[in-house]
Amino acid sequence: MSPAAITPELREVKGPSAIGGGRRRFLDLLWLMATTEFKRSYFGTVLGYLWSLIRPLMLFAVLLFVFTKIIRIGSDVPNYPVLLLLNIVLFTFFQEATQNSVTSVVAQEGVVRKTQFPRLVIPLAVVLTALFNLCLNLLVVFVFILAWGVDPSWTWLLFPALLAILFVFTTAVSMVLSVLYVRFRDVLIIWTVMAQVLFYATPVIYPIEIVPEAYRELLMINPLAPIFEQVRVWMLDPTAPSAASIGGSALVLVPAAVLFLATCAFAVWIFSRDAPRIAEEL
Amino acid sequence: MTPSLEPDAPVAIEVRGLEKAFRIPTHRVDSLKERIVRPFSARDYRELRALDGISFEVRRGEFFGIVGRNGSGKSTLLKLLASIYRADAGAIRMAGRLAPFIELGVGFNSELTARENVLLNGVMMGLTPAETRERLDDVLDFAELRDFADLKLKNYSSGMLVRLAFSVMLQADADILLIDEVLAVGDAAFQQKCADAFRRLKDEGKTIVLVTHEMTTVEEYCHRAMLIDGGEIRQIGDPAEIGRQYLRLNFQPSSDLGQDAAPATAQGARLLDAWIENAAGERVAAVERGESLRLRAELELTRDAFGLGLGFIIANADGVGVFEFGTGLKDRDGGDALGAGERLLVSAEIANPLAPGHYYVHCGVHQNLPPKDEEVSLYAHAAADFVVFGTVQTGGILSLEHEIEAVVESDSVAK
Repeated sequence: MSPAAITPELREVKGPSAIGGGRRRFLDLLWLMATTEFKRSYFGTVLGYLWSLIRPLMLFAVLLFVFTKIIRIGSDVPNYPVLLLLNIVLFTFFQEATQNSVTSVVAQEGVVRKTQFPRLVIPLAVVLTALFNLCLNLLVVFVFILAWGVDPSWTWLLFPALLAILFVFTTAVSMVLSVLYVRFRDVLIIWTVMAQVLFYATPVIYPIEIVPEAYRELLMINPLAPIFEQVRVWMLDPTAPSAASIGGSALVLVPAAVLFLATCAFAVWIFSRDAPRIAEEL
Repeated sequence: MTPSLEPDAPVAIEVRGLEKAFRIPTHRVDSLKERIVRPFSARDYRELRALDGISFEVRRGEFFGIVGRNGSGKSTLLKLLASIYRADAGAIRMAGRLAPFIELGVGFNSELTARENVLLNGVMMGLTPAETRERLDDVLDFAELRDFADLKLKNYSSGMLVRLAFSVMLQADADILLIDEVLAVGDAAFQQKCADAFRRLKDEGKTIVLVTHEMTTVEEYCHRAMLIDGGEIRQIGDPAEIGRQYLRLNFQPSSDLGQDAAPATAQGARLLDAWIENAAGERVAAVERGESLRLRAELELTRDAFGLGLGFIIANADGVGVFEFGTGLKDRDGGDALGAGERLLVSAEIANPLAPGHYYVHCGVHQNLPPKDEEVSLYAHAAADFVVFGTVQTGGILSLEHEIEAVVESDSVAK
């Protein structure tokens, strides 16, 4: 007979899982899904990339006006406009990724119910697409930063580390949301509100030092807060209080670190627990 | 016709004691708020056993058909094989690479072009992006869609979509393919192409598991078929025999196959009348032995439906089924979707080899592709009856055309 060359061995079929189907296929799929979506959002519309810049830039313009001309909390903060711009771009990444992740698994219903598809790829691809957007936006921000006259510093090299932490946290939150939404459809509404709360609970539009002492430690429980604060120190304002020095000692970081790790652990646990059953719940 | 299978081909799929149950909550909690506000509210559910201890083997190079009524568990079985569901108990083992699709075109994104979709699908099937790019032209050529490679799928016609999906699947290079109701797509020329492709797959020694309602497909392609009902295997064997069993199941909704006392059931359809006509088209209650006869039934739908199959069973006075046959609804303009209130006429003409006696006609309707929980089915026991009369009483249930003679062999007593 024809190609009866190698007789493959019988192997156990383990059923669906978060990663299943081989690591190479997982990575190929992830990359392809993220890049296709990215390309689509830029080449699909007339103004392409400009559109994705407009939202953060509008927000930036409005907030800059409000906080330097009306409420004036920004006027004595060094490099406030570029700080605001950088923060908004970073927070936009977190918000875009998590918000799009919520419905991602359900939106890919056909794929989940009818093919053997590594479930984890779906929310990961959403976060990755958002990361591509962030990288493009950061290019623009860097131009602004240099034009504003901020001196480059060696601490800029540490920025990718902070970005990595932000990426991991965003991914963990996205995993939790996407899998919860399969069973609980009010997650979408809840998260819209939560993201708004987090926007104000993170030093995005205000510097940490204007927060009354009593609330600072409370604020620092939010894992995003130390990340944003440290970005400010390393990128724009070495004189600003570093994340570790806000409460007087590095201990102030403990709750945020614990919450960060707990979120990651919870994400891995709930996703691998629910992934095999997603097709049935839909 | 079906080429023979190597008798000692290695096992490609081995299934042992597979079980799967779905938990259907009686009160579905689908908001996080509700779960948080009442965390301890009883979570009742009833268990629906979809598969109950299924074991079988498929050999390499085999074309294996799975048939069963709706809700029999056949699709669940396919999804377990495809790693879409996880089994509660039992084991599945496979040799070789599995195409991870059970339906055509599921991975397609209508916002992307054909080229991008083929790429994405190829990777989904386990090819590397480079391999997929190499095959891209072949895929588009087979589907005859090269000119539309950069058109977004949302602008494709359904026929084009199916062609693309089919050729993507053929390029997957998998050893094992699982297919849920995909044959008979596209126009006649493309159907021919698909049939050729299937034969090629078969010749290449691919293992194919096909779930379908189309008995003709099963009989034409499959080496063996399996009938499942109520989550259990009814029979595995020759496709033609399985086809007959399947028809019988369809016309006898009660799970026992006993002839008598099968209750009449009807949902979504109503039998208005059923009668017998002789060859001249006159309504009669009796025909002469050997005279061909016509069966007629008139039905009314009480609910929208599509994909209906209709058929008759002729049983003798002892309740023994003598002949069963059926058909799909003939196409008419506008497809085979039907509205409530529409009337259907089923007409059959048969040669009459029946032995003289009293016969009953059972009439059945079943739906091949129900929209979930809106199934149309009907079984009318003894909807009509007729007598075959004749001068010669024969034994047995049939009166076959025959020639018979007896002679004395002249030299048999030679001394």
